[in-house]
Amino acid sequence: MSRAVRFAPLALLLLVIVALVWRLATPADTDVHSTLEGKRVPAFALAAGLPSKPAFSSGDLATGRPHLVNVFASWCVPCVTEVKVLQTLKDSGVAVDGIAIRDSAPELADFLLRNGDPYERIGSDPRSQVQIALGSSGVPESFVVDGKGVIRYQHIGPIEQGDVPMILSKLEKAR
Amino acid sequence: MMLCSMALADSNLPPAYWSNRQLPDPKQEAQAQALMEQLRCLVCQGQSIADSDAELAGDMRDLVRRRIAAGEKPSAIRAWLVQRYGTWISYKPTAEPAAWPLWLAPLALLLVGAWLIRRRIRLKAR
Repeated sequence: MSRAVRFAPLALLLLVIVALVWRLATPADTDVHSTLEGKRVPAFALAAGLPSKPAFSSGDLATGRPHLVNVFASWCVPCVTEVKVLQTLKDSGVAVDGIAIRDSAPELADFLLRNGDPYERIGSDPRSQVQIALGSSGVPESFVVDGKGVIRYQHIGPIEQGDVPMILSKLEKAR
Repeated sequence: MMLCSMALADSNLPPAYWSNRQLPDPKQEAQAQALMEQLRCLVCQGQSIADSDAELAGDMRDLVRRRIAAGEKPSAIRAWLVQRYGTWISYKPTAEPAAWPLWLAPLALLLVGAWLIRRRIRLKAR
């Protein structure tokens, strides 16, 4: 047996170890990204999540100005802190709309009373159908939609205080 | 399965109507079941939506059964989901270039095997 062949298993082992260490050091991205970025928002029409607020449909998005569509829920823990950041975004003139996943009006009202209400419109999505149509895989998630109704950016997870300048620049670009 | 539902908060709504209920038409239910076993759960990645207890998986089963009941083809439903989540969502291997090694590997291994056997026979004959 030649020398090269004799050392082949060892080399293979080393290769496997290097691959394992590399993947442990830089874990794979487990976020599921929507493939709709750059495409039009799929048509939807949701009933109002609260009787006191307007309903939400895809037609409300192609209005000439950018929107931030927030996929949230009253039962979602990170949404509690996110909604306060959304309030600061709203205060700087951003149009924020909500899609409430698997929620009920009383629980939603309670959530907004406790944590503030930055939403212009809230659509109720009790069977997650619009969430799936958007290619979203959890709460909270947010979509920057431009004035023509095209999705420009998907934010997975809560928007934190530090993300505000980035979100604002995405919205600015979507103008 | 348990871990997933604990890690993520769950809503207080009951499961969607068709999430844990079979379609009355056994043929349609079989079609839905076959498709659900090939769709990946977005929450418990690695499970199919047929296996997963995650609420979103239940809502996806509801979506699949409703669309099958409305007469939509399973391939059309799969394509609709792939349009949103990429080929990631489907367990069914595709013929895309990225999957070519998958299809070629068995062939390559067979060829290597044949070559090894040939070498053995030749060595013995000598």
